[in-house]
Amino acid sequence: MNLDFTEEQEMLRTMARDFLQTECPKTLIRELEESDLGYSPELWKKMAELGWQGLAFPEEYGGTEMTFFELALLVEEMGRNILPGPFISTQVCGLTILETGTEEQKKEFLPKVAAGEMILTLALTEPSASWKPEHISVGAVASNEEYVINGTKLFVPDAHVADYLLVVARTKDSSKPEEGITVFLVDAKSPGIQCEPQLTMGLDNKAEVVFKDVKVPKKNILGELDQGWKVVQVAMTKGTALKIAEMSGGCQASLEMANAYVKERVQYGRPIGLFQVIQHYLADAWGKTDRTTNIAWEICWKVDAGVATPFEVATAKAWTNEAYKWVTEKCVQCHGAIGTTRDHDMGLYYRRAKVGELDYGDTDFQMEIVAQELGL
Amino acid sequence: MDFEPIAGTEELKKEFEDFFREVMKDAPPGWENSPEDLETEEGWAFHKKVQREMGKRGWLALAWPKKYGGLGKSIFEQLTYNEVRSYYRAPGWDLQGVGMLAPTLLAMGTEEQREEFLPPIAKGEVIWAQLWSEPEAGSDLANLQTMAVRDGDDYILNGQKVWTTGAHHADWAFALVRTSKELTRSRGLTYLLFDLKSPGVDVRPLPTMSSHSRQVESHFNEVFLDDVRVPLKYRVGEENQGWAITRATMNFERSGLAGFGALRHSLDELIEFCKETKWRGKPLSEDPLVRYRLAEIAVCIEAGQATGRHLLWGQHKVEMGGAPGMGMVPRASSMKYFASELSQRFAYVGSQIMGLYSQLKSQSKWAPMSGRFERAYQAAPGGNMAGGTTEIQKNLVAWTGLELPRA
Repeated sequence: MNLDFTEEQEMLRTMARDFLQTECPKTLIRELEESDLGYSPELWKKMAELGWQGLAFPEEYGGTEMTFFELALLVEEMGRNILPGPFISTQVCGLTILETGTEEQKKEFLPKVAAGEMILTLALTEPSASWKPEHISVGAVASNEEYVINGTKLFVPDAHVADYLLVVARTKDSSKPEEGITVFLVDAKSPGIQCEPQLTMGLDNKAEVVFKDVKVPKKNILGELDQGWKVVQVAMTKGTALKIAEMSGGCQASLEMANAYVKERVQYGRPIGLFQVIQHYLADAWGKTDRTTNIAWEICWKVDAGVATPFEVATAKAWTNEAYKWVTEKCVQCHGAIGTTRDHDMGLYYRRAKVGELDYGDTDFQMEIVAQELGL
Repeated sequence: MDFEPIAGTEELKKEFEDFFREVMKDAPPGWENSPEDLETEEGWAFHKKVQREMGKRGWLALAWPKKYGGLGKSIFEQLTYNEVRSYYRAPGWDLQGVGMLAPTLLAMGTEEQREEFLPPIAKGEVIWAQLWSEPEAGSDLANLQTMAVRDGDDYILNGQKVWTTGAHHADWAFALVRTSKELTRSRGLTYLLFDLKSPGVDVRPLPTMSSHSRQVESHFNEVFLDDVRVPLKYRVGEENQGWAITRATMNFERSGLAGFGALRHSLDELIEFCKETKWRGKPLSEDPLVRYRLAEIAVCIEAGQATGRHLLWGQHKVEMGGAPGMGMVPRASSMKYFASELSQRFAYVGSQIMGLYSQLKSQSKWAPMSGRFERAYQAAPGGNMAGGTTEIQKNLVAWTGLELPRA
């Protein structure tokens, strides 16, 4: 046990912070929020040159062989600065392929991901708005050397720019809902796929993806036939951890922004940060942010080490969900009316806190896992 | 950064667990290791017994240097021990001696003071009380008026202290007193150690709201000091420099107060109770509201424990003579009130779940869980005052963690 960062980790954090501040200013974030793509291919390329997309991949697949924990430190910085785009989606899928894919699949997908030439996303949720296996209704039926997929996915992040989708489909009816599910690597340009991004609070292009007789070769099954829920769990665990890291960074940035503002903003002839009401809001926010930072580091390390329990993942996400929302709400309050305007940066974080809660399972969903794991 | 437990942690943990599981079999019914629990005769006897047992094994001073009676173990062993002891809600670990004074002396005491006072604390032989607050100096501690006047090689103390936890059981006290009338507020204060059996010390009980004629619960005292003599050699630090030392002691106290393991144990017991109890036809554990409320407590405990590890990591560095790291001081304050408010919330959640039963005292044959939540409900607000009120902690976080201006 050592709760200090290594020199390499410190360097990664500083380098990422400086790079994002320079390359991804708030003006660019606002532009991207209004754009069709939702990310900057130019910036994406620069990130690939720094090795970010392949940070946690082995060298043989074009990666730099750093750890998942270090990837999470990078994502924390992305959350702090706000980096719009498909980074987490792509990483979650890439790492899932690394863990569950065949050698052939790894060789096909990972070097392209690492080079910044392939975007991936997980197509899991449906109009039922559920993360549970019993609500997977998109079906895949075998036909010769192919499967044919039909149905509708909803809330799929970054689907409109993805090159491949990891589609979670039911391949067999079973009394156990987690059995009979298979994950397919589906070329997003396959005939029969219709993708329609929805306008969301996060302006982050969660899409409806309709599959109509979409053909996928059998070799594109990720993991085992009918045992795909295990693959989904790998993806969900990694995705939840990275999302927690991202939210933790956003929480820190929100607090810093409000803390700077209350020292500048003068009312009644003095900075509002002198008022105890404001000090106590921010003291609470400091504590919630500190605990979020700490639980985020710990859960990401545990996911990296393969020792994170479902209880630990769910408690960490539930905590972070509520803390980030609470902190951004109070930080908006400290700004007064200006904090509620579109032009102010505070709203960028306030909106992301709510959307971050929903990604990879909202608080109600996590609480029920916690209750079950507690034996209730 | 890595969270890998060091080699041997599992064995050590098992050793601690075996000990505490065995020793806790003798705990009085409904034991939660709250200050109130120590106020019955059997509760106090149990505390003393566990203290002696732990002292014998050196477990009160795991990470201290060997020359002061410690075992010279690492911070990791200390962490494992803290977690297990807290989970088993074992008494015998005296916050004021082991948790507050000892680390202060390790960091700031003289060699003679360490040699005289640390070994008896390590053995669990001497119990300490903290004499800081006064009737006119609660949150505004720097306003304290108890005077210590030099007389040859002694100080002579006169004044009144209050909210003194356990002074009626304690052997010695560490006090903050005024040594200068010219230097104002925190500048004229000195940190002294003295024997509570000294002539002129009068300790009187101060019962809390949960007391009644058949169950007097007065872990609090008032302490009156009338010409009490204290030798100069028992001064910690320089004269009029006691405030900085007191601040260090407070930080040790605040980290020590955050006992999440005990809360998790109480939560586990409440969960068992909810699974077994069918008051209206089905187990309480099937009620979605009960499930949500209990899960929420568990989530907060996890966040607290994750931060507690960072707090201990930082505290250990200070004990070993390092400078407090960034965030250490506000973290200690923040965690203190996070923990007390969480305990309070747990007490309230437990009370809500108990419904009509929540009002029954332990003496009632109908009282669920030995009337635990009847006591906890009343004890909870006290946690938000002890060691500095929540409001004071928030001020400290604002000033030290956020560098906000002081009015």
